[in-house]
Formats: sequence, C-alpha cells, structure tokens
Amino acid sequence: MSAAADDHGHGHGDHPPVTRKGYLTGFLLSVVLTAIPFWLVMDKIITSPVLTGYVIMAFALVQVIVHVVYFLHLDPKAESGWQFMATIFTIVVVVITLIGSLWVMYHMNVNMMPGTADSASGM
Amino acid sequence: MANAPTMTDAQGSPVFLDMHEHDHEAGGSTMLGFWIYLMSDCLIFAMLFAAYALFGGSYAGGPKASEIFELPLVAVNTSMLLLSSITYGFAMIAMQDRKKSAVLGWLAITGLFGAAFVGIELTEFSKLIAEGATPQRSAFLSSFFTLVSTHGLHVSFGILWLITLMVQVGRFGLTAANQRRLMCLSLFWHFLDVIWIGVFTFVYLMGVLR
Repeated sequence: MSAAADDHGHGHGDHPPVTRKGYLTGFLLSVVLTAIPFWLVMDKIITSPVLTGYVIMAFALVQVIVHVVYFLHLDPKAESGWQFMATIFTIVVVVITLIGSLWVMYHMNVNMMPGTADSASGM
Repeated sequence: MANAPTMTDAQGSPVFLDMHEHDHEAGGSTMLGFWIYLMSDCLIFAMLFAAYALFGGSYAGGPKASEIFELPLVAVNTSMLLLSSITYGFAMIAMQDRKKSAVLGWLAITGLFGAAFVGIELTEFSKLIAEGATPQRSAFLSSFFTLVSTHGLHVSFGILWLITLMVQVGRFGLTAANQRRLMCLSLFWHFLDVIWIGVFTFVYLMGVLR
C-alpha cells in the first residue's frame, strides 16, 4: 500500500478525524458519571435504595451514550448507515430478550415457588 | 454447487454476479464487520446480564451481595479501565499524527492499565473463593462469576491482541493494515468499557443496594 492510500479515512468509511478534545470531553464526562453513582451508593446519600437504584441506572444509561459517542464514534452516516442500523437492531434484540426473560422468569418464580418469590423481585 | 438453473444462461455457461461494480480495497468492509461482531458480543453479555438479574437474589443461604462486594476495590478497578480508555484514545490520536513511538508508548500504558484491571479482578475473585463464596455456592455466585469473568476474559484477550499489535507496529510501522487493526482494537477496548458500566452499575452497586 502506498503512503497515500493508507491516509486516514480511506477504506474505513468517512469517519471524521478523532480529536484530543473529543476524547478528553468523553473521559471527563465518564469520570463524573462514574463517580456520582459510587458516591450515592457508598455514602448512602438517598435513603431509599429503590430510588438510588433508578438514579444510578439513569447515570449508567447516560454514560453508555457518552462512551458510544466520544469513544466508539458511532456515526449514523458512517458505512452508509449500516453500522447504525446494526446497532439499532442489536438494541431492539437486547431490550426484547432482557425484558422478556425478566418478565417470564419473574412470573414463573411467583407462580411456582411461592415461598421464594421475593428472590426475583430485584431489578 | 450443482447446476442451479438460475445461475446459468441459456447456453448452460455459468452466470456470475458482478461483485466489482466499484473497487473495494482490501479491508474496506473490516470496520463494519468488526462492529457486527461487537454487536453479537453484546448479545452474549445481554444474556449473562439477564441471568444475573434473575439469579442475583438467589443466595441459597450463602453470602449476600452486600456482604461480599468491596466497593472501594471496584471503584479502583473501574478507574483502571476508564484510564485505559483515554490512553487508548491518545494512541489513536498519535496514530492519526503518524507518530509511531507515541503510539507504542500509549499502547504500552493502556496494556498496563488493562493488566492492572485483570490483576485486581483476580485478587477479588481469589478473596471471594477463599471466603467460601465460590461459583458453586449459589445461583447468585454462579451468575456473578460467569458474567464478570467473561468480561475479564475479554479484557485479557484484548491485552494479548494489544501486545501482538505493538509487535506488528514496531516491526512494520503504521501501515494501512496495522492502522485498521488498531482501529478494530480501539472499538473492542472501548466496547469492553461500555460493558463494564453495566457490570459496576447492575452487579456491584445494585448488589450492595439490595
């Protein structure tokens, strides 16, 4: 391969160049988004564990988006949109399987093992 | 392979699909292919997360999550992985600027952070096993060890891949092929960090909350 051909962007779609600023922004955001959940749980800031659970799940969701945007550089236009399409498809499958498994198994637990039904109540 | 009627013309000579309407350079589809592999990996982790969500409370009279998880250690581990993410980012920037020695340096630092992560995780596992919290103890511990060690195994193979690429870059420089490989590993490495967000949130933090 000639030096010209291996210049950035060639062959791997039309990704914009990665920047130090982008990585540092992503890093700072993820540090904050990691530190807050740990602080909330370790110092028991919110008295209700259920509420804390929902809050840290929200932080996790935001942090996943931060990582996907700033580190994985997911771009809806890259690879003529196929990368984004594969991602959307995966998210749909993951959501269906996760919610489906939890729903079905929770009710199995409730119906079949009355004594231990509370063991499936988490999450 | 047999003479499928649709694949031959009237004279019986084979008809080929023209796959070359525009030139694809070597590796042109690698990034998309690798992304699709990551998505399939995502499904594996989704199943393991589902199993943990179901069994995370099934202690079978054994130790509870809140009794065995040490959050300070998990916080250190999380920071190792986060730091390795940003140092890999710096390696990618150095690659873009065609600074070979900087790429190698940042890759080495990334590898060390990764190794520290795996080391801390193994320490945690050995402590748990010493306390009797083995994978066989309860459904909770089985699903915990399966999920967390699958992630740890991914990181370990990522380090192996990283060392291989350091040798490759050291010997052959930042060729197009090596750049492509570094970009694949970048996706892999950052993807594992995304999975870890799920692990520390759902397994450790929520386990302690239970």
